[in-house]
Amino acid sequence: MSEAKKAPEGLYYTKEHEWVKLEGDLAVVGLTDFAQDQLGDITYVELPEVEAEVEQMGEMCVVESVKTAADVYAPLSGVVAEVNSALEDAPELINQDCYGAGWLVKLSGFDQAELDNLMDAAAYVQLMAEGE
Amino acid sequence: MRFTPHTPEDRAAMLAALGLGSVDELFAVIPEPLRARSWDLPPGMSEPEVSQYLAKLAGLNAQNLVCFLGGGFYDHHIPAAVDALISRGEFYTAYTPYQAEMSQGILQSIFEYQSAVCRLTGLDAANASLYDGGTALYEAAMMTVRKTKRKKLIVCTSVSPIYRIMLKSYTINLHLELVEADVSDPAALEKLLDQDTAGLILQNPDFFGVLHDYAPHFEAVHKVKGLGILGCNPIALAVAKTPAQMGADIAVGEGQPLGLPLSFGGPYLGFMAVREALLRTMPGRIVGRTHDGQGRVGYCLTLQTREQHIRREKATSNICSNEALCALAAVIFLGLMGKQGLVELAELNMTQAAYARERLTSIDGVEPVDQGPWFNEFRVRLPIDARVAVSRMIDKGIAAGFPLGRYYPDQSNNLLVAVTEKRSKEEIGYLAEGLEAVL
Amino acid sequence: MKTIFEMSRPGRRAASLPCSRVDERFCEMSQLPPELRRSEAAELPEVAEIDLVRHYTLLSRMNFGVDVGTYPLGSCTMKYNPKFTEVAARLPGFAGLHPLLPQLRRGGLLAQGALRVIYELEQLLKQITGMDAFTMQPLAGAHGELTGIMLMAAYHHDRSNQKSLVLVPDSAHGTNPASAAIAGYQVVTVPSKDGVMDPTAFKEMLNDQVAGVMMTNPNTVGLFNPYIAEIAEAAHQADALMYYDGANLNAIMGYAKPADLGFDIVHLNLHKTFGTPHGGGGPGAGPVGVVERLRDYLPISRVDMRGDGTLFLDYDHPKSIGYVAPFYGNFGVCLKAFAYILALGGEGLKEVSQDAVLAANYLRVKLGDKWQVAFDRPCMHEVVFSAEDKAAQHGVSALDVAKALIDEGFHPPTIYFPLVVKEAMMLEPTETEALENLDALVAAMGRIADKAASDPEALHAAPITTPVGRLDEVNAARHPVLQEPLET
Repeated sequence: MSEAKKAPEGLYYTKEHEWVKLEGDLAVVGLTDFAQDQLGDITYVELPEVEAEVEQMGEMCVVESVKTAADVYAPLSGVVAEVNSALEDAPELINQDCYGAGWLVKLSGFDQAELDNLMDAAAYVQLMAEGE
Repeated sequence: MRFTPHTPEDRAAMLAALGLGSVDELFAVIPEPLRARSWDLPPGMSEPEVSQYLAKLAGLNAQNLVCFLGGGFYDHHIPAAVDALISRGEFYTAYTPYQAEMSQGILQSIFEYQSAVCRLTGLDAANASLYDGGTALYEAAMMTVRKTKRKKLIVCTSVSPIYRIMLKSYTINLHLELVEADVSDPAALEKLLDQDTAGLILQNPDFFGVLHDYAPHFEAVHKVKGLGILGCNPIALAVAKTPAQMGADIAVGEGQPLGLPLSFGGPYLGFMAVREALLRTMPGRIVGRTHDGQGRVGYCLTLQTREQHIRREKATSNICSNEALCALAAVIFLGLMGKQGLVELAELNMTQAAYARERLTSIDGVEPVDQGPWFNEFRVRLPIDARVAVSRMIDKGIAAGFPLGRYYPDQSNNLLVAVTEKRSKEEIGYLAEGLEAVL
Repeated sequence: MKTIFEMSRPGRRAASLPCSRVDERFCEMSQLPPELRRSEAAELPEVAEIDLVRHYTLLSRMNFGVDVGTYPLGSCTMKYNPKFTEVAARLPGFAGLHPLLPQLRRGGLLAQGALRVIYELEQLLKQITGMDAFTMQPLAGAHGELTGIMLMAAYHHDRSNQKSLVLVPDSAHGTNPASAAIAGYQVVTVPSKDGVMDPTAFKEMLNDQVAGVMMTNPNTVGLFNPYIAEIAEAAHQADALMYYDGANLNAIMGYAKPADLGFDIVHLNLHKTFGTPHGGGGPGAGPVGVVERLRDYLPISRVDMRGDGTLFLDYDHPKSIGYVAPFYGNFGVCLKAFAYILALGGEGLKEVSQDAVLAANYLRVKLGDKWQVAFDRPCMHEVVFSAEDKAAQHGVSALDVAKALIDEGFHPPTIYFPLVVKEAMMLEPTETEALENLDALVAAMGRIADKAASDPEALHAAPITTPVGRLDEVNAARHPVLQEPLET
């Protein structure tokens, strides 16, 4: 897999391996390629309720695979505007297309300034290189 | 008596492979000051000697009392095939089936058990067992708290007092509000329901053996977006309205009546079944059906990521060992009874209990307490303290029932009498005649 | 194999019920009105006894127990389950005893034998562990852990301490943090150094919020923590309690007692150390022992002795945490452990630990030729290897090794635990495996190591000698089928 797919440009990243992309006044959130690879085959996603409030780096939802269950943290504070209900029947979308069809939630009411606390693609790639 | 096969030659060979002179050298890592200061245990005994001693102790327990004790644990007949099958070493000396390919026996058996529990309760999914009915009730209560994120639990006082004490013991540090009240009347329940209600806990038949229709109660708790838990008797479920039909979200209960001996308190069997929506928050192990690479049907533990060995402090529960062998006994018992047989067993229990009720309430001074209908247990009010009556009946070789004053201080004259299919017309006659004589 | 439901035929039955012989009207009067009756009978199997017996007999033949072969499952102590204990548990005087009997007036006199079993077992466990009092109520090891944490909470509450944390080492069994969390505490993990909990890190993490620390010694990688005395002293100075997870007691009987190591609360796994059968996952029993200052908090009832030597149930302990079980514990399991301890006696139990530790070290040395041991020094009753080198060089994981071992006729070791070792394989032979079985296990592991290099694909395909091969666990979790579908 090419570096570009591992951590696409234009997205912001957390150290817990979530990504966020701005689409107008919504922030789309998902898991990075590294995360889905580590988790293995995703078997279930427990998405938050629409209108739930989240805090930056607070627990947002849970993703389960056969071997583990992982907490997903909100990259930004805000309100859950939409959830990806396709994941109910096809959680494997996260494994197949984590930056596209495998998105998790869309947040509204976020503060742009909080993006300063996140990493860009280059910094995230470097973090992964240092880690494992 | 020793169970290790090692001879001195075997040990010498192992020590030689390690280049050591004595096994004590392997314990050198334990510093001297930390060594056991004493080791005062009696010398070992041979198999005949221990067996004789245990037989003597067994003989010191009352063996021939005619048993009318219930309270959630019943003297039912256990068909011989149950013990014959669970005594097979392939089953009972196995561990938890984490290596599915070599454990299809227990896995399929538990899958069948789960299926049977679902069919009895009418609910969507059952787990592979919990320790007993009381811990199952506690686990169910915690599920409602986790799911609703609320803090109030309402428990009816007709739920087993033993289980209510357990629930209180477990939740004391958890900042929950545990409300115990008589909510058999839906009007009384309404007063207690509010936006902080996580769960409502009811039991059918209740601790006094009375059968209810709790559909209105579960409807009421759903109106405030709380969840409903029903404690059940598994044999009563053969004929009684099911938890599913009443609208309960979780059914739990004690599986001891399903082929498990009374055994002075355990091992028993906690069963649990839930609606689909609660599946992922259900504690304990669960067996699922799947396929192998060649398309053959197989069984494995599934949804394990909720469990302690993966989720650790975020687990749905801390349960590890369960009551697998007891669940196996239960599914074998249910298979032996069968669809028709279990109904007949339930009806026979109720028939014998009805006869006992009439014989007892015909005695001067003995009054019925409830209106019924009942399953296989009922209360009567005696003209004297029930503890005294029972004590006198022991001398007649009969355990006449359970004096309710033990757990309900305002019921010291009330006696809880259980009558199973094992209690013959004659035995019930002795109970009635005996009681009449001692009052 | 078909399920018991798929074998059903309408009208078949195995049930044999006595005849009521009371007047018919009693049957009629106990018929339920529609609003209390279930609408249709539960779809339970309709089979004859012979078919049911064959069904479960055949299923048992697709199962592997200690009675079938060598079972070196680390942390589970899969030792031989003595048969005479099964006979004892089935004696009518024990099996048929209703638990409410001793709660009747003079009822204790009806159950003196059973109360004796509980009482004498307590005395023996006190000797074995050095603790001052025991409860037999906990129904499994994890249940014992929860009980132990509840006792911790009661102690601190009684002293008006405000404690919110429990410390566990990173090598802890999952039930430890789970039990603490369920009891309402926050769990903090202490790192290991050189395989054992790091005493320096521990002291740094210790503060006045810590209620207690849960440990096992030897720990889950089979190593004895030599710093235990200073850890206990530091904990006690902070008024934190020391909890001992007794899962590994098989390693130290006769050599060390948890009380002497500084522990305040202990749980034991009767289904591990004391030879009661695992039952395919249960039932177990997890009695909890405490030092004197925690005695008042133990669950009620307690079994106590009067001046005349008779035993009775004592409920008069106002500071007790209440009931953790409906009665006195899994009596049938406690009885088997009691029988086991009586049979072995003091010398026998010490020999158990000697043989268990000897066998584990024998495996350590013999397997060390072809397998990477996780800690290159003597172990106690279990030994941890890592398949990381095989994974890196040949793409063979601990899982592959386990599955290949099944084809060799052994139950695999514990894999992927403890978490602190990559591609972990934990072997615990116990004291009841004959030398030739240990050698056969070593030889089998040797063949697998060779195959890892020469034919890794064969290992990926394992097991091939079992009724089913590797199962699609992803599918099982994504699309759960948890019961036999009802016929429509």
